[in-house]
Amino acid sequence: MTRGSRTLRLVVTALFPLLAASGHAHAVQIPAGDGARTQFPAAEDRATAQPAGPAQDAVVRETELDRQVKEVSAELRCVVCQGLSIQDSPSTLAQEMRGVVRERLIAGDSPEQVKVFFVERYGEWVLLKPKASGFNLVVYLLPIAMILAGAAFVFLKARSWTRAAPADGGPPA
Amino acid sequence: MNWNRSLIGIGVALPIIALLAYGMTVDPNELPSTMPGRDAPEFALRVMDSAPPDTVRLADHRGDVVVVNFWASWCLGCRDEHPDLSQTATRYEERGVKFYGVIYNDTEGNARSWIRDMGGQAYPSLVDTRSRTAIDYGLYAVPETVIIDQLGRVAHKQIGPITARQLSDIIDPLLANPPTAETTGGDDGQADADTIDAPRDAEPENGSGDGAKS
Repeated sequence: MTRGSRTLRLVVTALFPLLAASGHAHAVQIPAGDGARTQFPAAEDRATAQPAGPAQDAVVRETELDRQVKEVSAELRCVVCQGLSIQDSPSTLAQEMRGVVRERLIAGDSPEQVKVFFVERYGEWVLLKPKASGFNLVVYLLPIAMILAGAAFVFLKARSWTRAAPADGGPPA
Repeated sequence: MNWNRSLIGIGVALPIIALLAYGMTVDPNELPSTMPGRDAPEFALRVMDSAPPDTVRLADHRGDVVVVNFWASWCLGCRDEHPDLSQTATRYEERGVKFYGVIYNDTEGNARSWIRDMGGQAYPSLVDTRSRTAIDYGLYAVPETVIIDQLGRVAHKQIGPITARQLSDIIDPLLANPPTAETTGGDDGQADADTIDAPRDAEPENGSGDGAKS
């Protein structure tokens, strides 16, 4: 076995638990769509229950609004909860905030404008997902930097082991 | 080799220590507020128990100092601050300072009973249907008090109960030196008071409101 292939095998062996854990995390994650279906019937479900024509168009538009309300609400923090969005919180204030989201979308605001409305009143803190700019970049870049640093560490460590092996008595037959 | 290991150890440990040290300087109970220094959101709210029905519009109060107190009958902090607010409202009435209560997430019946139990309220309370004004003012919980200067800007936002002394400390300078149009933006040096980690009530625990604290 060459030194390169041994290094690669060691790196893969070292990273295997990480990859396995990642796969498990995906396996146990509850799909967002399921939760959403319980609250808002999917567009096709509603459409099939309605006659064709203008009424159906109205239903489709309503469903699109529901989807937008849900998306924007999922990105706004419930200000009286611990780590919940206003979409997920049952509190009265969160319900009223969802009402404001709906009203502003109906009034013609874009999802971004609705978020700005809340940021102007509650600060950027109200966004569950911070903007990727300024100091916030640390939140986004640090995990990537840590993964790269970890990979580099594992690679260098594995290479030093494979270099040290011949000195210890040569490669196994 | 030992030097290299030491440098790596220091390089890893220093950012973690710095992060923890920064965390020690931050009050986890402090809530951010973006309101001080900004134009106060306009509102037009019905006065509870007014006959004939009356509506208070903030736009009608340009040139006045306006104190807006968000409260609810289920809020314990509101009970604490109520005597101070009523006494201060009476004291500043002749100087043109307007005090208004805004009922948050409560029924008018409960609000009425509460005012009666508290021995009255020296200023009118307004009905904020569906909490739109509360959200416009970035309300987290009650009690919260917003003091608006003569130009219609938020001079101070108090999160948590407010005292008579705090009210005077903010109102007196505004009356002594009314801000002018030339005054530049900012919070007139009062941003330090825009947050407080005093006890406050986020939602009714039961009874009047239908919300559940999460």
